[in-house]
Amino acid sequence: MRAKVEVFLKPGVLDVQGKAIEGALHGLGFDGVSGVRVGKTIAFEIGDADPAKAEADVKAMCDRLLANTVIEGYRVEIA
Amino acid sequence: MKSAVVVFPGSNCDRDCAVAIERSTGSHAAMIWHEETALPDGLDLIVLPGGFSYGDYLRCGAMAAQSPVMREVAAAAERGVAVVGICNGFQVLCEAGMLPGALLRNAGLKYVCKSVALEVTNAQTRFTAAYGDRREAVMTVGNGEGAYFADDDTLDRLEGEGRVVFRYRDNPNGSARGVAAILNDAGNVLGIMPHPDRAFEPELGSADGAILFQSVAASA
Repeated sequence: MRAKVEVFLKPGVLDVQGKAIEGALHGLGFDGVSGVRVGKTIAFEIGDADPAKAEADVKAMCDRLLANTVIEGYRVEIA
Repeated sequence: MKSAVVVFPGSNCDRDCAVAIERSTGSHAAMIWHEETALPDGLDLIVLPGGFSYGDYLRCGAMAAQSPVMREVAAAAERGVAVVGICNGFQVLCEAGMLPGALLRNAGLKYVCKSVALEVTNAQTRFTAAYGDRREAVMTVGNGEGAYFADDDTLDRLEGEGRVVFRYRDNPNGSARGVAAILNDAGNVLGIMPHPDRAFEPELGSADGAILFQSVAASA
């Protein structure tokens, strides 16, 4: 099974990189752009055939290492 | 005083810290590789130095927080040993859950490297007692992700309990409430973004950082 984890700064935590990108997009004439957030994707194989256990394991990985839950939220996909 | 400096792959202020401790207090610091599973006996001070541990992969300090030696550092802190995390070391302490909050990308997006004036907001800690009546200290910052972040409740508690130890006079990186250094609730773990290890002799522009190491030595 393959896991895909998306990590983003939580709403309310200032994403200065997102702000800078938003400004640059406005500079290119894309005036309607707002709310730019920059995150990261972490994808890996997980050697578990049981999707429920795989999801629980990946969430534990997020809580312990892949995300800093003080400032970041995450979304897990198992396929 | 018996002290140790932890060396992670990518630490770059480890030897600066050792020299700063030696020149400030006259005591020799042991260098501890991050894969060690035991610390020297009888330590009074453990320093987590600045740098770019693990190339800042994933998040600054995230990988170093999982290093084998950090279990020993956490156990030593539980026993009351003084622990100071400077710059990247501060990030490691937050990632390890030994200090509240986190360090974010600087508000201006730029790496900031300059001398800063700090307000000594609490001179009644084992890290600051030797500042006495002095209310200002000058040190150098050098960080790209140095903006301290915590929720308002945590910030209120830190301020209310005197755990904000240094504050920037002129906030260089967007830190919440100008926080430059904080203590854990037991008062023996300090995270500080500016570098006392770059301010221990007048030739370096300031000797104010030496007072921090001297405070710890006096309490040892």
